[in-house]
Amino acid sequence: MSERSPATRRTLWLVLSLVFAFLYTPIAVLVALSFNQGGLPTVWSGFSLKWYASLAGNAAILSAALNTLIVALVSTAIATLLGTLLAIGVEMRRQYGSGLEALIFAPMIIPDIVLAIALLSFFSLLDFTLGLHTIILAHVVFNLAFVCSVVRARLKSFDWSIVEASADLGASAVTTFRRVTLPVILPAVVAGALLAFTLSVDEFIIAFFTAGAGRASTTLPMQIYAMIRFGITPEINALATIVMAVSITALTLSQRLNRGVIGQ
Amino acid sequence: MVSQIRLRSSLLMAPALAWLTALMVVPCALVLALAFFRRGIYGGIEYTFTLENFGLVFDPLYAGIFLNSARIAGTATLIAVVIGYAAAYAIAAAPRRLQPVFLFFAVLPFWSNYLIRTYAWIVLLNREGLITQLLRWLGYTGEPPSMLYTEGAVIAGLVYNYLPFVILACYAPLSRLNPELAEASRDLGASAMTTFRRVILPLTVPGIAAGAVFVFVLSIGNFVTPALLGGGRFQMIGNLVYDQFLTANDWPFGAALAMTLIAIMLLVLTAQALAADRASGRTAEAKGGADV
Repeated sequence: MSERSPATRRTLWLVLSLVFAFLYTPIAVLVALSFNQGGLPTVWSGFSLKWYASLAGNAAILSAALNTLIVALVSTAIATLLGTLLAIGVEMRRQYGSGLEALIFAPMIIPDIVLAIALLSFFSLLDFTLGLHTIILAHVVFNLAFVCSVVRARLKSFDWSIVEASADLGASAVTTFRRVTLPVILPAVVAGALLAFTLSVDEFIIAFFTAGAGRASTTLPMQIYAMIRFGITPEINALATIVMAVSITALTLSQRLNRGVIGQ
Repeated sequence: MVSQIRLRSSLLMAPALAWLTALMVVPCALVLALAFFRRGIYGGIEYTFTLENFGLVFDPLYAGIFLNSARIAGTATLIAVVIGYAAAYAIAAAPRRLQPVFLFFAVLPFWSNYLIRTYAWIVLLNREGLITQLLRWLGYTGEPPSMLYTEGAVIAGLVYNYLPFVILACYAPLSRLNPELAEASRDLGASAMTTFRRVILPLTVPGIAAGAVFVFVLSIGNFVTPALLGGGRFQMIGNLVYDQFLTANDWPFGAALAMTLIAIMLLVLTAQALAADRASGRTAEAKGGADV
């Protein structure tokens, strides 16, 4: 930096300012307009919280929020358990085929739309009734892959000889896990769970395909999508602001717990 | 002992692998199989083998949509890489203690709901949105420009959504760059531009490639952005697959489209992996040479 000329330095700061303006303007406008008094979705006419109040009285949104919470909590619980066990199993073995790697990596890169139609075809072939339970089954697929990758990153620096030492000292496998392995990986497990929870709360397409017809299993993103298709309203702005705040809080927390692992 | 570890590790992995097999591998295999069946007269599936669906994928109409998707995804990738690289370069050049802060705020928007980030662009680009108002404020009096529901809006949405990843991917090699290399290049008389082109850029290509592949793969299979910002007028493969399953009710053709999409993605990912292998081989060689 010290080597650079003032002109270069000014250019670099300008680049940074422009990029951050690009990243934050759309979000800032959205959040600002959620506090807009007027009914026009894009013209500012004074501060008000009335759109947040009107959300609280909207039965469709509340039921969608409840559905989302159920799906996210249950799928996160299952995925955290399975993903953590998977991570320990994979890292314990330390020699694994690329087939196994691909299988664990696949849910993270497969396009949502492809997994969505695959699960819809699968469930309808089996004559499964679609509903919240099928969304949960589907969400666990990608959630467990993300939990596994976060926990594995933590296990990379894990010294397995302490597990052997614990066993040599007569501890059972369960005791060793509870007293040795778990305390080491716990921050990563919680970070993975928070990540899974957020992904599940935000996921739209797979839920859309596996929810089945009818309003009973509409999730929040499905509700938001339906509202957006209908037009822009200040109410969506308010709802979007709340959902965004929840996601960002959960993921910031996750990142704190697990410094740097997710970012890599 | 070793076999005991293998047994224990297998038991630990079993539930998750069973879940992935039952709810990802089998369903995807089913879609692959579906692609080779015929569509029934009333929209059902007729279980006779056919290659017609893949033939239809190469029909000019649908092949055009594939090309269109690739072009939109490619443009978004190019723009995201240019902006993302510049941003990563500027972050890597900032005072060291500020770098994590900048990086954090560059990634933060990425952590909010994808649907909402896309919706934010509708608010920005619609006929009475911020940009129109800005133009009016600057004295513009004509018709509001139509920016929403254009290809440009779709590209902007894709760039916006995936930019943070490019910044992260490019920052990693840029921050590890040895400043003495650039100095040496300058001392030897190279201009700033030549130093960048011949020294910095080649050393940071892996980051660029990783970011570019990520943006391209996620963009070409995208459904939400073209549906919301393209207004259904700029169909991409994702939307076409969606239509076959939920409106046209031609599941076998939808399955063939989805499998073609996967094939394209695998091709891109494999190409990147091979290129990365070759590049790391070259770097190792260069390092070996330097040691001598």
